[in-house]
Amino acid sequence: MTPTACTINVTVNGHPHVAEVEPRRLLVDFLREDLGLAGTHIGCEHGVCGTCTVLLNGASIRSCITFAVQADGAEISTVEGLARGGEMHPLQDEFSEKQGLQCGYCTPGMLMRACEILAENPDPTPAEVRSAIASNLCRCTGYQFITEAVIGAAARMRATKEVAS
Amino acid sequence: MTTVDRADAAPPVRDQSAKRRWVGQSIRRVEDPKFLLGRGGYIADRITPGTLHAAVLRSPHAHARIVRIEASRAKAAPGVHAVITGPEAAELCNPMPDFGPDPARHTWRCLAADKVRYVGEGVAVVVADSRYLAEDALELIEVEYEPLPPVTDPVRALADDAPLVHEALESNCAYERTFDFGDVDRDFAEAEVIVRDRLRWHRSGGQPLETVGAIAEYDLGTGSFTIDTNTLSFTSYLFMAANTLKVAANKLDIRPVPAGGSFGSKLFANKPAVIAAMCARETGRKVAYLEDRVDNISNCDHHGSDRIYEVELAMMRDGTMRSIKIDVIDDYGAYIQFGVGHHGNALAQVVGPYTIGSVRYQVQAALTNKNQQGAYRGFGSEVNNWMLEQMVDKAARELGLDPVAVRRKNFIREFPHFIPTGNVYDSGDYDRVLDKALELADYSHWRTEQERLREEEGRYIGIGLISAQERSVFSATEFWFWFDEPGAPVTSTPESVSLKVDATGGITAILYSCAFWGNSPETMVAQFVAEEFDCSPYDVSIVYHGSRDGLPATGPGGSRTTVMLAGAVEGAAGKIKAKARRAAAHLLEIDPDDVEWSDGGFHVKGDPERKKSLAEIAIALHLFKHSFPADMESGLDESKVFDHPYTTMPSADRKDLGVFYPFMGHACHVPVVEVDIETGAVTFLHYAAVHDCGTLVNPRSLAGHIVGGTAQGIGTALYEEFVYDDDGQLLSSSFLDYLIPTATEVPELTIGHVETPSPYTPHGVKGGGEGGRMMAPAAINVAVNDALYPLGVRLTELPMTPERILSALRAAGPIGGRAG
Repeated sequence: MTPTACTINVTVNGHPHVAEVEPRRLLVDFLREDLGLAGTHIGCEHGVCGTCTVLLNGASIRSCITFAVQADGAEISTVEGLARGGEMHPLQDEFSEKQGLQCGYCTPGMLMRACEILAENPDPTPAEVRSAIASNLCRCTGYQFITEAVIGAAARMRATKEVAS
Repeated sequence: MTTVDRADAAPPVRDQSAKRRWVGQSIRRVEDPKFLLGRGGYIADRITPGTLHAAVLRSPHAHARIVRIEASRAKAAPGVHAVITGPEAAELCNPMPDFGPDPARHTWRCLAADKVRYVGEGVAVVVADSRYLAEDALELIEVEYEPLPPVTDPVRALADDAPLVHEALESNCAYERTFDFGDVDRDFAEAEVIVRDRLRWHRSGGQPLETVGAIAEYDLGTGSFTIDTNTLSFTSYLFMAANTLKVAANKLDIRPVPAGGSFGSKLFANKPAVIAAMCARETGRKVAYLEDRVDNISNCDHHGSDRIYEVELAMMRDGTMRSIKIDVIDDYGAYIQFGVGHHGNALAQVVGPYTIGSVRYQVQAALTNKNQQGAYRGFGSEVNNWMLEQMVDKAARELGLDPVAVRRKNFIREFPHFIPTGNVYDSGDYDRVLDKALELADYSHWRTEQERLREEEGRYIGIGLISAQERSVFSATEFWFWFDEPGAPVTSTPESVSLKVDATGGITAILYSCAFWGNSPETMVAQFVAEEFDCSPYDVSIVYHGSRDGLPATGPGGSRTTVMLAGAVEGAAGKIKAKARRAAAHLLEIDPDDVEWSDGGFHVKGDPERKKSLAEIAIALHLFKHSFPADMESGLDESKVFDHPYTTMPSADRKDLGVFYPFMGHACHVPVVEVDIETGAVTFLHYAAVHDCGTLVNPRSLAGHIVGGTAQGIGTALYEEFVYDDDGQLLSSSFLDYLIPTATEVPELTIGHVETPSPYTPHGVKGGGEGGRMMAPAAINVAVNDALYPLGVRLTELPMTPERILSALRAAGPIGGRAG
């Protein structure tokens, strides 16, 4: 049976896309292969590890167990959308400063999850960060410097917001 | 005892007193920006349009003869370009590279040819336009199996009537030998107390979040392969992979790609590259084979040690250790790619930091119907650390001695120190590490708290103190000193670096193995280059070179990368500076002996103003050939093939294995745990870790390895296990069942560094990439036993799952064997 293609409209990092996809096409494959946004990685393929985390209408989802058709009409944010005008997002910069990454493979998913965490709670405690990032596996770092990086980024983002307001 | 001439064999002692500007600084890693931006360039990111995708059909049986494979329906399926079955692959490819004891009798292939030997072994591969279509077609392949009785228990596998994993071997014992180092019988006869135990370490694995993958292309015009892959960094031995593919080694170019985690497993994983290349040649197209998660868990190179120990430790009543007898059975699974090299790792540091006079080491390598053991951070030395520290801990209990005092009493304090196996410990200061750990752990406070919480609140707190070794920089000898007449007694394990200074003075460093898998080879090299040339590490460009026309290299493994790259950079930089010195002297019209290097250039001794910067020298050497003497060649680039700096040969009778792992790090871990005796759960109240890996290159990076390795060690100690049932089914075949610690299972570590420089390496650096995992399982086991000691309970099996802790508590009595 030839699967029938569906037309979807998605906005990814602010750019609108209209695409034909098979109903069974996974969102992560759509992002990586069809849109060329290879920053979102595939980890466990069972929705456990969080490596493939992207934001769908602001909420984190596992793109390895989400079909592209489920994203029809949605706004997707991926790691490629974090840096603006050649300047890293405070989370990216703090991950670098605190060495919150080693192999870097879980990092895009971790960064997107951290965005969501800080959107919900701009001033988390280290324990709250640990609890929140327990959604995502990292096999390299033992999470300590990731936690420090998220705390550091939160402080910088709060400071920027204060200046802006 | 036969000995090599030890004093003469040591390399010259270096002066490590130099002031350093870049080595020792916690600078940001130069690797990071591309990964943070989502532009890491991992293997899966490199698939170009038109590339075909391969998917592998895997055996549902642990042990079965392949009677028939019918692939015609799969071949006719939409988008399918080829189906290659195991028997066909055996025609297309030779067996895979194998350092095992008798490769012709435990033959290892990219796909099973005649029978399957574990659940997950590949039996056929489909190549299609997409992974989706390839997987669709897998379902159309019919395989008729004749099931055979499986054997999954290593002890049963060694029995005479066990089903044979490899009939040609006529036994499931791939290797067996007993080594005596020193006079074990005399030391045991003179001992006052013999402490005995049986210990069980179950199988866990590296489980990198990125699987293994390869993209291969075959050029019919030149008859050569190009393979991009995140593994096969064992560059000097890639002629073996060429042999598997039936091409000349100079027709195979393996191009390194960053790996999303490895922990040892991606050093020499051949299957994905061989499968991709085989399919590329058959289809005449570029083919990508990226393992999925089930591929990588059930059929991989990251399953670790799987050991049963019977140990006897000979002691004096005052706590003096005399001798140790170690009898170990290791379950290697169905193949034995690295031989018993894992036990070479154990023998490198078998007596730990202690003055133990003699060692008996009996090892049996059992073959079973499981995935083969590969390499996992520690490579078997971490298991030895755990075994030894359980014995020391038990001895302290039985002798009624303080666990800190027993360790301190036996510490080695003079260096270099040769242990009974013949390996050397180059340097160390174990008291200093211990003192610092006790301070950071707030040890006496927790001892008081432990008693108070037990008495006042009925809580069971345990303090786990261990002091153990972290060997670094392996020699090739540990893979063959097992045999009296080894088939390939190789001795080279080099690492190479080329440095090119361009016409503007910019420096590019070229590396010759896939050195990046989460460690920081680029940062290390950039810091070493910056140290040599007084430039910014961020201005150094780093390039990874393919294997075909590259220089010899061995890749990461055995915590060798930083030391070996340091040596290669030092050597290449020395050559560059020698040429630059001549050029500068010529330009300054002075004798080369009268200039010296400082702040990025050569100046006239005593006249710092008369100077030529590296950029000035470089542009002259690149563009003004005729300004120089006739023998000066244009350009400024040099290479160094840096070989292992300290290897000696084993004695013929193998009573002395020679020096094979000389740069000996050390650590002390002190976790404080609470064991919930109702649920069997273990939680951390505190965790201090102090490591000494010689001179620090980037303290923050090393701390990252300590925390990350400890997190893996926590997994090994408490959660992670590849569970095979009696039928050989792998029960933990996804991350749902195989539990990797999350941020809430890993505590915040209090980290301390001690620096005892190696006398024999550039800057005094020792390897430090594996330390966390080499210490944590031992320390956590001691901590849990310390908590449960009042209940008469002692865990001797890892991982200490809640189920195992509760069943030990139940076995000890209705409310435990509560002492007093």
